[in-house]
Amino acid sequence: MACFIVPAAEAVITTAVTKIIKSKEKEEVIRISLSDGHFEEAVKTPFSTKLGWLNKMLWGGSALLAFEHIWHGEVVPYFPFLTAIENGETSGMLAEMGSAGVLMAVIVTAVWGGMVAVSSLIEKRAISGPETAKGGAR
Amino acid sequence: MTLLTTVFAAVISTVIWYRAEGRSEMKIGTLCCMYWGASLMWMADAIMEYKELGAGFFTPAPADMLNDFYLGLSVVALGLVIWLITLLIKDPKGIVRLALFRTK
Repeated sequence: MACFIVPAAEAVITTAVTKIIKSKEKEEVIRISLSDGHFEEAVKTPFSTKLGWLNKMLWGGSALLAFEHIWHGEVVPYFPFLTAIENGETSGMLAEMGSAGVLMAVIVTAVWGGMVAVSSLIEKRAISGPETAKGGAR
Repeated sequence: MTLLTTVFAAVISTVIWYRAEGRSEMKIGTLCCMYWGASLMWMADAIMEYKELGAGFFTPAPADMLNDFYLGLSVVALGLVIWLITLLIKDPKGIVRLALFRTK
């Protein structure tokens, strides 16, 4: 009915948060170890960039889901834009937003959380490379 | 079927992202995020539908399957169009700017 509105609303909030964090962030240069054993200076991926992944998933997913709703005639190009409201099914629509919509937002956010955790682990491993190399030389 | 089509698009775009040289310039990551976001949202939809229909969820009518596949392909096409427009507007390689201005 209108479940995509929930992740779209989350996208508005996370986009605003990203802009605020980006304005306060400073570039962090680190030394990473490459797979061939060499070391290189690199800029650490800032948190705002990682938050950008969530924004893209939420905005992109909501846009494609909105298209699906247009396809099924649940979203129309005239007021009130949602056929559920027009047909007096507002409570059903809100219930669907509270179940499917919230589940969508939770799943996307949880997967993004996993992506951030894994990327942080990879970053830590790349940074701790010198110690590993030293350990191997002993 | 829509979920399946979008998941395939997400997997293919991710493999392209992993293999591509100019992944950042071509904004392939944006395309991946868009397809993965949609796939996850349709997965949530599928979970809700499965809760309602049970095993019947896995045996859709052929006409519904065909329509869902048609929708899936349209969604993939729309995703590509959004990605292309983003790429042309951001113009990371400066190709559009170069095309608009003629050097003397």
